[in-house]
This record gives sequence, C-alpha cells and structure tokens, in this order.
Amino acid sequence: MTKTAHDFAKASAKALGDRQSRAILHKAIGHIRVLRQRSVNAMPDFAERQARAVAVRDNTLAKLPELLEKLEASVTAVGGRVHYAETAASAASLVTAILSERGAKLVVKGKSMVSEEMGLNEVLEAAGIEAVETDLGEYIIQLAGQRPSHILAPALHVSKEQVSDLFARKFGRTSTDIPEMTRIARDSLRQKFLAADAGITGCNIAIAETGTVTVLENEGNIRLSGSCPPIHIALMTLEKVVETLADAAVVLDILPPAATGQTLPVHLSFFTGARREGERDGPQEMHLVILDNGRSDILADPKLRSILRCIRCGACLNVCPVYQSVGGHAYGTVYPGPMGSVISPLLKDNPGDPRQPFACTHCAACSEACPAGIDHPALLQELRRRVSETETDLPVAAFSLLARHPLLFGGAAAVGRLFDPKLREVAAVAPDAPVGRFLRCREFPGLARPFSRRFKALARRLKRLQGGRA
Amino acid sequence: MEAFLFIPCLVEHVLPHVGEATTAVLVRAGVTPTLPKGQTCCGQFAYKRGRADLVRPLARRFVEIFQDAPAVVCPSGSCTAMVRRYPSLFAEDDPFREQAAQVAAKTFELGQFLVERLGLTDLGARCDLTAALHGSCQTTRVLGAGSATEALLAKVAGLTLVPLARPERCCGFGGAFSIDYPEASEAIVAEKIDDIVASGAEAVITAEPSCLLNIASAMAKRDLPIRALHLAEVLAGEGI
Repeated sequence: MTKTAHDFAKASAKALGDRQSRAILHKAIGHIRVLRQRSVNAMPDFAERQARAVAVRDNTLAKLPELLEKLEASVTAVGGRVHYAETAASAASLVTAILSERGAKLVVKGKSMVSEEMGLNEVLEAAGIEAVETDLGEYIIQLAGQRPSHILAPALHVSKEQVSDLFARKFGRTSTDIPEMTRIARDSLRQKFLAADAGITGCNIAIAETGTVTVLENEGNIRLSGSCPPIHIALMTLEKVVETLADAAVVLDILPPAATGQTLPVHLSFFTGARREGERDGPQEMHLVILDNGRSDILADPKLRSILRCIRCGACLNVCPVYQSVGGHAYGTVYPGPMGSVISPLLKDNPGDPRQPFACTHCAACSEACPAGIDHPALLQELRRRVSETETDLPVAAFSLLARHPLLFGGAAAVGRLFDPKLREVAAVAPDAPVGRFLRCREFPGLARPFSRRFKALARRLKRLQGGRA
Repeated sequence: MEAFLFIPCLVEHVLPHVGEATTAVLVRAGVTPTLPKGQTCCGQFAYKRGRADLVRPLARRFVEIFQDAPAVVCPSGSCTAMVRRYPSLFAEDDPFREQAAQVAAKTFELGQFLVERLGLTDLGARCDLTAALHGSCQTTRVLGAGSATEALLAKVAGLTLVPLARPERCCGFGGAFSIDYPEASEAIVAEKIDDIVASGAEAVITAEPSCLLNIASAMAKRDLPIRALHLAEVLAGEGI
C-alpha cells in the first residue's frame, strides 16, 4: 500500500461517527428500496427482462472494438465528432481544449459520473471556464463544495433542512418547501442554460447503428444541456455502447425499474448528432468523448470483464449493508458500493483503497439485486485473491496451519479455555488486536468444552431415549 | 440411514450446544449420526481473505475425512457453502477436483438435508415462542437453503414467527470483516438488533452459527432479554 492510498477503514469509522448523516442516508435508502421493490413486484417478467439485458450487455463486451468503430462512423455521419481518451486526465484536457479553442467561458453540465471520474470541473476551473452543474442534486453538491455520495442520487446524504440552509447562504433566499426550493435553484440555473457556450452531458447508452447518445433523467436539465447551448459534448466510457436501437430498448426495460423503481424516467433523450441543415435548433457542434481509463484491460481480463456489464443503476449500492451504513464518501472514489469496490481498484486514476474488496460481508445482496447479472461476490473474491498474493497474512496463515493439525488446533482452544475462556484478558491487553476489535461491541459467550468430547455420551443417551420410544 | 456430522470449529469450541441439538434432531429424524475424528476448520476464513492456497490443504483433509460418508450434515450454511465450493479450488485437470466434487455433492446444511434429502418438514417439534427468523445470507442467497429453514419452522408447534422489517439484511459479521472493519460491523449488527427488538420477538432464530454468535454476543453486550437460537435448537425442542 502506498502512503497516499485512501484508507476505507479509517474513513468509514469517521463516517459512522456522524449520526446525523447516517440517519439521512438511512431514510433515503429505505425510500429507494421500497420504490424499487414495488416496481419489480409489479413486473412479473422482471427475470426475462433481466436475461435479455444480460445478453445485450454480453454482446457489447464480445464485439466492443467493432461496435465502437460503428458508433464512430454513425456519429460522424450525423455531424458529430468522436474523441478517444485513454486516461481520465487526458479526457479532461481534451474536453478543456475543445472548449478553449472555441472561446467558451460558461458550461452547463448534466449529471455525469464520467465527468467526476475525469475530475473535469477542477480542470475547467483552472482553465478559466465556469462549469455549472444543473442536476438539482449535483448542483447542491457543487454549491456545498462536496462530492456525490451515490452514483444516481449525488445528494442522497443531504437533508432538506441542510439544503435550505445552503440556499440561504448562497442565494439569500430560501424555503423548506421542496417545490419552492426547486424554483430557487431553477431561477439561478435557467439563466445559465440560456447564457452557456456549451453543454456537457453523460451518456447512459450509446447506440452504434444510429450514433445516438441516450440519456435518462427526471429533471429535464440534461435535455436542456444537450440541446440549448451551441456545443454539446457527451461523455461516455467505452462499454456504454450497444449495437442497435432495439438493444437500447432492452437495457431501458431494466434500467429505470432497477434504479429508481420507475417504468420509464420522466425524460428520455436521444441525442443524434448536431443540428442538420435546415433545422432550427439543436447544437451546432456535437462531440462524443469516449473514455477508457483501464477498461480495455478489464475487457481483456476474463475473470473480471463481467463488471463491464454494469449499467450504473445503483441497485447494488442500495442493498449493500456496508454502503448503507458508511455512505458513499467513505470510499474516497467516484464509484462507491459493490460495483465501485470492483471497478475502482481497476481504474487508472483514483483507484481508492487497494483493500476495498475486503470491506465486504459476503452477503451477496448486490448480485441478487443486479439487473445485469453481475456476480459481485465472485469478482470481489478474485480481487482479494490478487491483493493477498502480494502480502503476508500472518493471522490467517497461522490459523490455517493450526487447522491442518487437529491436535494443535484443539490444543490452542484448550489453552484459551483454561486461561481466558471469555477472551477478556486478550481484549484488555490488546484492544486493537483482531479479538479486541471484535469484542468492542460484543460479549463473547466463551470457549466451551468441545462438542467432540460430549458426542459419545450424548449419542448413547439419545439412542437409549430413541430405543425407549420404539 | 447414517450421516457424518460436519461440525464447524465455531460450534466445536464456542457453541457445542448447537452440535448437541443437531445430533438430537438427526436422531429424531431417524438418522444415525457419526462423528468422524480429526475435523478442524473448513477454511472459509482463509478463503474470504482471498487465500485459496491456504484452503486447499484443508479441503484435502476434509475430503479424506468425509469421502466414505453416505451423507455429510452440517449445522452451518456458510461452512456447507464452503465445502460446495471446494471443487472450484482445484484445476480442471486435477484428479482431486472430482473427489472434492463427490464429497461436495453429498454435503448438506442441516435444514437442507432434512427437507431436500429426507423429504421431512414436520419433526414433531414443539417450541412455545414468538420469534423472528434471521435468514443468514450464506444460507439463503449463497447456499440457496433458505426455504428449507422456513419450511421446517412452519411445522414447529407453538412457534409464532414475526417478520423483521428487513429480513434479507446481513447481520454484519462477514468473518474477517468484523475484525477488519469493527465500526462498520458494529453499525450493521446494531441495525439488525434494532429490527429484532422492533419485531417484538422473544427470540431470534438462524441456521448459521456465525450470525448466531454475532447477534447473540451483541445482544448480550446490551443486556437484552432476547434469546438467540439455532434452527437445530428449535427443532430439538425438549429432545435433549
């Protein structure tokens, strides 16, 4: 582990100390959980939808280079331009160069996790370009100088009251009535949309055969960001492509129900190229930036490539006991929760804590919830194997060695039973040792006389009882 | 019928009464339990740390001990799931893989054995309690034996099951997780206990010894008057 690596254990312990944030997170996740359950229950064919979506995602992974070429040709044919970036940093410079060359000073942004991955806002700011987030949650986060804590709901960890205080500070005008608060944000944002030199959006699904960037949202800000300013720059990671419009429909069948419990989002936009001759509106320029950032290597790795099926619905976050307890910020990465614990360590920039795959209770709620059929527990297991290969795990090695010798194994337990059956001494002497850490919130029942020593007498007694009954 | 008892190390040294109840339940089901010598640990701890290399020698020991068993019965979903995984730890062309597969195929979690193998759900057990079921993640999602637990409990006379608000939710143990991330583990088990308390149950029942230890010891620290019982204890009733 390098000195600069993120430490999830420390960050999560700190996050757990913040009772207020925990309560907010708890309430919000409970709400999403109910919505999702209601929606999935109302879809008797959810499993079939899921199977179709997995097939579409696997088709993408099987033919990725071909589909990207096709996508590039289609985007070019409808007047757009495609740019490839190998790293997050090079993608951010690329976007900044497009904007600087055109003298852009103000950019509106629709919610994009890829933009977070690029650290784009900081790079734009350094280049003297003002970037304004227009998704309400993302706008709140930007005003507060924070980072998103959830891939779908960036301000999941912020309460209505906190937003109200924030608005009072930033706008000198506030409310605790949600429609009124939204109006306050809109008054500020509407001016930005109209004045913006460019709009940056993400991309949920890119359609190779038509060159279409598909985006799902509930607020309409992404549609405005991609259609109102004279330049539209869409950001995607390379695995977001699907082959056909019909394939996109298959993904759309599963994404909103898994994500927010909706059948369809309020706005579903299909951006296909720039304004054509004779058209009255739409951007004059359209750019599609395709980021790799380690994903080609993941694709080439047969044991891990299935993580690229991910459609970023956030379902695995919403059911993960660890994510639900510690929240998204503790991960120190753009992508938190189960999908993040798999993908973050594999990304070239900001991989987070190298031990992140260990921060898992192996409960498999993630794979059960995943609409794309990703087996997160198996992928995390593979990542743990790769990390463990490079280190010496003394307690585990010692325990495994003992377990190879029943006499030693039983002997060690007997010594413990004799001197410190409830492990109180160990916990007192070494509160930070494994046993001590486990016992902080637990009263250990104690090492007992082994079952194997009781078995013979028990079996005899039971046999007698059984004989008596017969 | 005869069955070999596969007793997890946690049951052997910390929860021996779960082993006793398992024995009693098997006898009640007409099975003659045998306890083969030399059992230690299935290697789950090392496996979840990513150290399959340390599990392989333990898997070889296990297969040797149990290869002649007509059936292997274990009062733990997670240890059973570990044994079921053994074949995958050996290369396709390793002849041991087939041996491991044969033992894995005849290894069952207690509830699974009774329901799927013996076709029994009603053991004539009686247990006058209002209880909540904690369907352990390893038993339900990983091993797929959750419905067996439920079917068996449904036939216990006197037992009233009350639902938990989030029945599918993990208890936060996760083996080494509870040691590596004690604060997160504590927060998760605290929520589990809150759900149990809110359910109004007098007891919580689970088919997994590690969840049992985790929940019971965290409840004991809080001095809560709620009992934590293994499925086998409920099924054994007054049998031992």
